[in-house]
Amino acid sequence: MVDGGMRKLLTGNAAAAWGARMARVDYVPAFPITPQTEIIELLSDWFGDGTLRGKFVTLDSEHSMLTAAGAAAAAGVRVFTATSSQGLVYGLELLYTLAGWRVPLVLVNVSRGLSAPITLGPDHNDVLAARDTGFLQLHAETCQEVFDFILMAYRLAESPAVSVPVLVNLDGFQLSFTREAVELPSAEQAGRFLGPFQPLHPGFRHSRPVAQGVAVLDGATYSYFRYQLHRAVENALTEFPRVAAEFAETFGRSYSPLELYRADDAELILVMIGSYATKAKAAVDRWRAAGRRVGLARLRLVRPLPVAELRRALAGRRAVGVLDQNLAPGLGGILFQEVAGAVAGMANGPAVMRSFVGGLGGKDVSDDEFDHLLSTLEAARPEDPPADVELLMTQSEWLQVARSLTVAGKEGGDHAGSS
Amino acid sequence: MRVAREHFHNLKELPKTEQLEPGSPLCAGCGGLSALRLVHQVLGENVVWVNAAGCMTLLATFPYTPMHASWLYTTMGSAAAGAQGVRDALDILIESGRLPAEENLHVVVLAGDGSTLDMGLSATSAAIHRQLDFWYLCYDNEAYGNTGFQLSAASPLGSLTATTHHGATQRKKDIFEIWRAHRPPYVATLSAHDPLDLAEKIARGKELHGPKLLLSLAVCPTGWGFDPALGDEIAKLAIETGVWPLKEAKDGVVRHTYRPSRFRPVEDYLRPQRRFRHLFAPQRNEELLSRLQQQVDAYWRDAT
Repeated sequence: MVDGGMRKLLTGNAAAAWGARMARVDYVPAFPITPQTEIIELLSDWFGDGTLRGKFVTLDSEHSMLTAAGAAAAAGVRVFTATSSQGLVYGLELLYTLAGWRVPLVLVNVSRGLSAPITLGPDHNDVLAARDTGFLQLHAETCQEVFDFILMAYRLAESPAVSVPVLVNLDGFQLSFTREAVELPSAEQAGRFLGPFQPLHPGFRHSRPVAQGVAVLDGATYSYFRYQLHRAVENALTEFPRVAAEFAETFGRSYSPLELYRADDAELILVMIGSYATKAKAAVDRWRAAGRRVGLARLRLVRPLPVAELRRALAGRRAVGVLDQNLAPGLGGILFQEVAGAVAGMANGPAVMRSFVGGLGGKDVSDDEFDHLLSTLEAARPEDPPADVELLMTQSEWLQVARSLTVAGKEGGDHAGSS
Repeated sequence: MRVAREHFHNLKELPKTEQLEPGSPLCAGCGGLSALRLVHQVLGENVVWVNAAGCMTLLATFPYTPMHASWLYTTMGSAAAGAQGVRDALDILIESGRLPAEENLHVVVLAGDGSTLDMGLSATSAAIHRQLDFWYLCYDNEAYGNTGFQLSAASPLGSLTATTHHGATQRKKDIFEIWRAHRPPYVATLSAHDPLDLAEKIARGKELHGPKLLLSLAVCPTGWGFDPALGDEIAKLAIETGVWPLKEAKDGVVRHTYRPSRFRPVEDYLRPQRRFRHLFAPQRNEELLSRLQQQVDAYWRDAT
């Protein structure tokens, strides 16, 4: 590495903490929750030993943590914080509030399934519950992306045309506790990409009083502010390529809002987010080795949704499948709805779309299941009747569940899955 | 009996500069607003108010604010955490040389009893525990006033609210003692009826670093049911009957700053208010009236 940078084996959590460290954040309000806790432990150490200047403080809840984070950012310091799952939804009120305040902080979410039943394994219902808050959302596949996205997130958040908070998501366990080699730049190099925080607003000071977060009691003015927020989030679509180009120039790694993997001539495309994309890429490689034209489209940017990129990527494909690691009961997969909405009305849109839900609460999506998804897409025909969302569960997983049901004194339930 | 004051001896010594401009969407005769006006006058202009959802949230309604000072509306449940963020940011900016020290501000939470006694208690308890250097002004109108006067944990026993058909069945939660149990440097009760006592307490608090509670009774013509012109009289009766003790606790040691030489009967305070009318008509509720009097008597028997 140039400039005294280094290559280090880091968990996704450590990569997130290094991202905050290299961003030279001033303030970290924190609250522990599995599987995010390692992030705040590292940051606490670095504030404690003087590596980071400013303040680390433990709040009484994620609701308080996010309030302190937003208030400090409104007062003019660079703020980082992190949470997961129950913590994110406990603080949901503040996600809307902070986006409305237009404060440029960065929040890492380490995805984890939501209660009930209470669990620890990852899925995306937590982070997608925050999709309409006004936070930008970047979704990482690797530990390197976790680190890189945090530096990029500050550039996006602090750019005057955007000025909204950014959420960087990494999957619990699969990324949070998995070590990968991560290229870390030198502090000097990181500083060249991300300079000191230059607040757009004066913050709170004696000589220049300001009222922030004030009530708006008429619908027209309220709508004006909400439309402004929408435009600001949309502006990130223009800002992203600029930031990514500068990032590539500085660090040699290049990111687009939508990653396309072996998709150029693909007839079948799988769309998804997060770390399981690594397994999906392996499936694509297997199918390509067998001479089949399949590819992957992975959303790095979920908010704003890169609709134009999605439409370009999915135009003219024979079949598109969306694998959702979340479940909206009564609807199905959340991303499926978003992708279907993005391509709706296209003259040359995908001929067939299929929705799959899998990987809830840390459930694996096995090689066999990926093969099943691609086989389903391959067999799908435009003239087929509309297909319901498919809920994935393997035979061996079902037997494991059935054993637990027996131990609990319950008769076995319906077999929910397929494959 | 009144304790000696060191900072303010007569009304002429109170700061003259108004920090609140006239004109706001609040109700006529709002006791909370009177307390806020006086507190702000004594604290001075270098303040940032961190507001929780409540009546006072209506003060700053886009594009207007009656304040010269700064303001941040947060949520109903986390104003004290907002104070933490603002205080920490100001400290970081000043220590790192990014903000001149003369730009520093008092960080003051402004919250009603609903937020203070229930939803905001976790955030506040944690802020006190961390010894955050901030003020907390609670305007206590003894119900959720802004939503139409429903029962809060501050509603006194027997009082009618929009959600207590027969009157509140519990005693008022004692937030003064809850704060004091955290051992902050200063907690005090106030009344806009006694501006010198109020000003003196702020002057004492100003000398202390850490969490400081100012708990003010906020007479509420709309919710309590009395003519707004009687506000100061009701506030006075609250003090003279012993229902609203004026007191402080410095480092946990309680001292009453005023003790009526002759207590008026509690009934004198209750009778003019619509929320207590059912205790007198169609017939007197002797049992409850005597319990209310006994509670006040018992309090003052043990008072220091």
